[in-house]
Amino acid sequence: MLIRYLSQIGRYFLMLKEIFSKQTKWSMMRNLIFKEIDDLIIGSLGIVAFISFFVGGVVSIQTALNLTNPLIPKYLIGFATRQSVILEFAPTFISVIMAGKMGSFITSSIGTMRVTEQIDALEVMGVNSLNYLVFPKIIALLLYPFVIGISMFLGIFGGWLAGVYGGFTTSTDFVTGAQMQFIPFHITYAFIKTFIFAMLLATIPSFHGYYMKGGALEVGKASTVSFVWTSVSIILFNYILTQLLLGS
Amino acid sequence: MIEVKDVEKSFGESKILKGVSTVFETGKTNLIIGQSGSGKTVLLKSLLGIHQPEVGTISFDGRIYSDLSDEEKRDLRTEIGMVFQGSALFDSMSVAENVAFPLKMFTNKSKSEINDRVDFVLKRVNLIDAHNKLPSEISGGMQKRVAIARAIVNNPKYLFCDEPNSGLDPNTSILIDNLIKEITEEYNITTVINTHDMNSVMEIGEKILFLKNGIKAWEGTKEEIFRTDNEAVVAFVYSSNLFKKVREAHLKGY
Repeated sequence: MLIRYLSQIGRYFLMLKEIFSKQTKWSMMRNLIFKEIDDLIIGSLGIVAFISFFVGGVVSIQTALNLTNPLIPKYLIGFATRQSVILEFAPTFISVIMAGKMGSFITSSIGTMRVTEQIDALEVMGVNSLNYLVFPKIIALLLYPFVIGISMFLGIFGGWLAGVYGGFTTSTDFVTGAQMQFIPFHITYAFIKTFIFAMLLATIPSFHGYYMKGGALEVGKASTVSFVWTSVSIILFNYILTQLLLGS
Repeated sequence: MIEVKDVEKSFGESKILKGVSTVFETGKTNLIIGQSGSGKTVLLKSLLGIHQPEVGTISFDGRIYSDLSDEEKRDLRTEIGMVFQGSALFDSMSVAENVAFPLKMFTNKSKSEINDRVDFVLKRVNLIDAHNKLPSEISGGMQKRVAIARAIVNNPKYLFCDEPNSGLDPNTSILIDNLIKEITEEYNITTVINTHDMNSVMEIGEKILFLKNGIKAWEGTKEEIFRTDNEAVVAFVYSSNLFKKVREAHLKGY
């Protein structure tokens, strides 16, 4: 079992090396990158905006409902919403959701190409199929922090809207709290995490799709396995990065 | 010309190819036949470089595949056209984009030159009004013709076909067989076809390699296959009553 996992990890790193060898012609690659930006980044904005807005609102309401002591100032609602959204919700929670949305899309599209011999066709033609299929996804996901930036903004905005119009706090209190004790490094920390998660989101689902064997049923299984391992990796890296960047 | 010398290939404990040697000649349609599990697909995939034989060599016009660097192998692959059993067309691309793919990837031709070449090969495979259709919008026979067009668009020296007639009706099968044979002669390429279809053997088998349990059991031409008394070949090729009668008629000189 352990040997199998280690061998899979080794194979993953060999895949990473192969992705960057023998580049596809730039005129072809450019179009592939634009297509991936459309599929992975633009195609995710709607669901990210929806979830961020409403979860931001829920964080604000939950915080307000738990501040029952009259001595605790109401501006803490804005403070707690900002901290939750910037530090964890936007970078980590959204990435786990994207492991399901983007990850299953990547695994199933590459897996289907494997099953229908399209990857063999690329290889037989002399194309570096890993570079052709995975490199554009990695480049497209360099824009992932932009998605998370939108998620942060909408999460806090949703919190403000729910807090103020739900009657839990005033706009002034919420904004005061949202600006209180702001540490700029937290933004850096959040975007460092986001960048690492973006690389995991591009490569782990690609790995599971590329090396899958079998037919249509196995494509579905590979998508599920890919979601599990991408999520596990995100959670694990979240812990390690938090300890390294904030814990010391 | 492709020369296969003493090729052996195993998967785990199971030895699939047991010292196969043969020569696939240029300008001829070379067929690999044999029962399921005889090693046909493994031999074809070894020729394509998808499998690496443990023993033996495969050389393409004198270039021994295993001696080539990765870069040289990729360059060699640009000289290969392949028609997969399921066509393996890129389903996100139109017919014209599929055919243009090798040209865009490996040549510096202008857009108009590429369009001209795509028009020419699509016309060559009798597909003149399918340019903008997606693979899912055309029939299996048309998909096979698009796959052939894509395989020949970059003037390959070697053409490989894995079961080109599988899933096709008899008329379309004959059409595909004839098309492959014409293209082979027209462009003087080395064509290797992996097939189960005995009609193809009788129609276009200029050189036939019969594999049994990973061993070359027989080789010859379509004329020789009528006269052979090799028991394994006779049992395989003439397993149907129709072909038995065809053989008897042929031997009687009809």
